[in-house]
Amino acid sequence: MINILLFAPFQPTPGLAIWSLIIFFLFWFIMGKLAFKPIMQGIKTREDDIQSALNEAKKAKEEMANLKSENEALLQQAREERTAMLNGAKEAKNNMIAEAKAKAKAEALKIMSDAKNEIENQKNAALAEVKTQVGLMALEIAEKVIKKDLQGDKSQVELVNKLVAEVNQN
Amino acid sequence: MILRQSIRFLLSCSLLSVSSAIYAQGHDHDGDDQSGNDQTHEEVIQDSHDQDIHSHTADGHDSHSACGHHEEGYDPKATAMHHISDANVYTISDFIRIPLPCILYHKEKGWDFFMSSKFHPGHHDDGHYAYNGYVMHMGGIKRVKDSNFPIDGEVEIGGFTTKTKEVDGKEREEAYICYHKEQLLLEDKTVWDMGIFGGAITSFYDLSITKNVMSMILIFLLFFFLLRAAAKGYATRKGMAPKGVQSFLEPVILYIRDEVAVPFIGEKRYEQFLPLLLSIFFFILGLNLWGQVPFLGGTNVTGSLTVTMVLALLVFIISNVSGNKHYWQHLFWMPGVPTAVKPLLALIEVMSLFIKPLTLMLRLAGNITAGHIAILSFIGLIFIFGDSGKNMTGGIIGAVLSTLLTLFMMAIELIVAFIQAYVFTLLSASYIGAAVEEHEHH
Repeated sequence: MINILLFAPFQPTPGLAIWSLIIFFLFWFIMGKLAFKPIMQGIKTREDDIQSALNEAKKAKEEMANLKSENEALLQQAREERTAMLNGAKEAKNNMIAEAKAKAKAEALKIMSDAKNEIENQKNAALAEVKTQVGLMALEIAEKVIKKDLQGDKSQVELVNKLVAEVNQN
Repeated sequence: MILRQSIRFLLSCSLLSVSSAIYAQGHDHDGDDQSGNDQTHEEVIQDSHDQDIHSHTADGHDSHSACGHHEEGYDPKATAMHHISDANVYTISDFIRIPLPCILYHKEKGWDFFMSSKFHPGHHDDGHYAYNGYVMHMGGIKRVKDSNFPIDGEVEIGGFTTKTKEVDGKEREEAYICYHKEQLLLEDKTVWDMGIFGGAITSFYDLSITKNVMSMILIFLLFFFLLRAAAKGYATRKGMAPKGVQSFLEPVILYIRDEVAVPFIGEKRYEQFLPLLLSIFFFILGLNLWGQVPFLGGTNVTGSLTVTMVLALLVFIISNVSGNKHYWQHLFWMPGVPTAVKPLLALIEVMSLFIKPLTLMLRLAGNITAGHIAILSFIGLIFIFGDSGKNMTGGIIGAVLSTLLTLFMMAIELIVAFIQAYVFTLLSASYIGAAVEEHEHH
C-alpha cells in the first residue's frame, strides 16, 4: 500500500534541516555550557570527595589497627610485669618466712641450750652444796662420836680427813 | 502491593482504551462539526455514518464537475501518512489547532511571513482559504501553480482533490484545489531528496516553524529547565547526595559517561565529546518520547529523515574532523596487510565511511516512523472493523482489539524510544572513538 517513493516523512526538507541544525547546535552549546559542564564538575567533585573519604576511612582503619596492636602490646607488657611482680613478692614472702623460721629455730635452740647449762650449773652447785653440808654434818656427827671415844687421837682425825677428801673427790 | 499494582494497571488500560479511541476518532468522519469529540467511540461511529449519507447527497449535487467534494472513506494509508508527516499547524486530536509561523520563500515573489491561521485549517488540516497564493493541504503548505490565481491576501477555496499520475514509471500524487469550479494544480515545496522520495526542487521553499520544529523547541525548553535544575542542585548542594531531578538524571548521565563515552572514546579524550554525546542522547530520547505521548500531537520528529540526517551528518563531520593520523592511515593504506590487498581494503573502508552515517540516519528514522505507523494502523482497525461507521458491532470489536494491540505496541515503542536514543549515542561514540583512538602497535 505505502509507496516508498512518496514517503513524506523521509523527504529531506530544507526548512526542517535548517531548523533542526540550529536547534541542535543551541541544545549542544547551551546545555554543554550551562548544564552538562556544571553537572559533570559536580559529579566529579563528589566522586573525588567520596574517594578521598574512602581513603581517609581506610587510613583511619589502619591507624585504629595500629593503635589496637600497640594497646595489646602494652597490655601484654603490663600483664608480664604484674606476673613478675607477683612472683617477686611471693619469693620475698617465702624468704622472709624461711628466714624467720630459721631465726626462731636458732633462738629456740639457744634458749634451750642456755637453760640446759643453767640447769646443769644449778644442779652441780646444788650437789656441791649438798656434799659440803653432808660432809660437815657427817664430820659433826663423827666428831661428836669420836669426841666421845677417841678424844685427842690424832691418827683418827687424819683418817677421817682422808676419807672426807675421798668423798669430795667423788 | 500486588493488588494496588493490578488496579493501577487496569486503570491505565481503560484510560488508554478510551484515549486511543478518541485519538483515532477525529479522522474518519467528514465535516467541521467537532461536537462528537469528547464522546465515546460508538457515538463517533454513528456520527460518521450520518456524515457519509450527507456526503453522498453532496456528491450527487456536484456530479457535473470533478471539482468539489472529495471522497471521504477511511483511508488507512492517507491517515497514517498524515500523522507521521510534518505539518504547518500543531493539531491536537483534530480539534485544537495551534497556528504556527510560516516562513516562505518564492523565487520570484520573495519572502512571506504569516501565521498558518490565515489558511483557516479545518478537518484533516486542510485550509479553507488560500493566502498569498499558498494553500494548506494535509497540514503542509503548497502553492497554486496557476498564474491567474490571486497571489495577494486571503481567498476562499473549495476543497482539495488528489490524483495519482504515472510519470516515468513512477507513481506521483498530484493535488488540486477547487477555485471557481475549476481544478488548479498545486505545487509542492522544495525537497532535497534528488527525486528519491518523490520530491523535487520547486519554485518555493518552506522554512516555517513547523510542528516538528515546534516539538524540538519544546523539548529544548523542557530539557533546559530539567538540566538547569539538576545543575543548580550540584552548585547548591555541593558534594552531597543527589536529590529530585538530580537523582533522576544522574544515573542516565553516568551511564552515558561510564558505559558509552569512556569505553569507546577512552579515558583521555572522552571529556571533550561528552557534551555532544549527552546532547544527542537527551535530544533524541526527548523527541522519541514526546512523539509517544497521545493527545499531544504525536509528532514524528526523530522519525523524519531530515532530522536524523542532520544529526548523522554532524556526527560524520565531527568524527572525521577529529580523526588522527592513524585513522586516515587505516582508512586509505591499512598497515600490516599485503600491498595487493591494500587498495581493496581502502575501497571497503571508504565505502563504510559513508555507510556508517547513512545507517545511523536510516535506523533511527525507520524505527520511530515504523512505530508510529504500527500504532496508527492498530487504531485504524477500529474503522476498518467498523466499516467506517456502518458496522457498530465490528467497530466495538475493533476498538477492543485495537486497544490491546495499541497498548502492546506503545509498551514496545517506549522501549524502542530508549534503545534508539542509546544506540545512536553508542554508535556516534564508537565512530568518534575509532577516529581518535591511539594506536599502540607500530
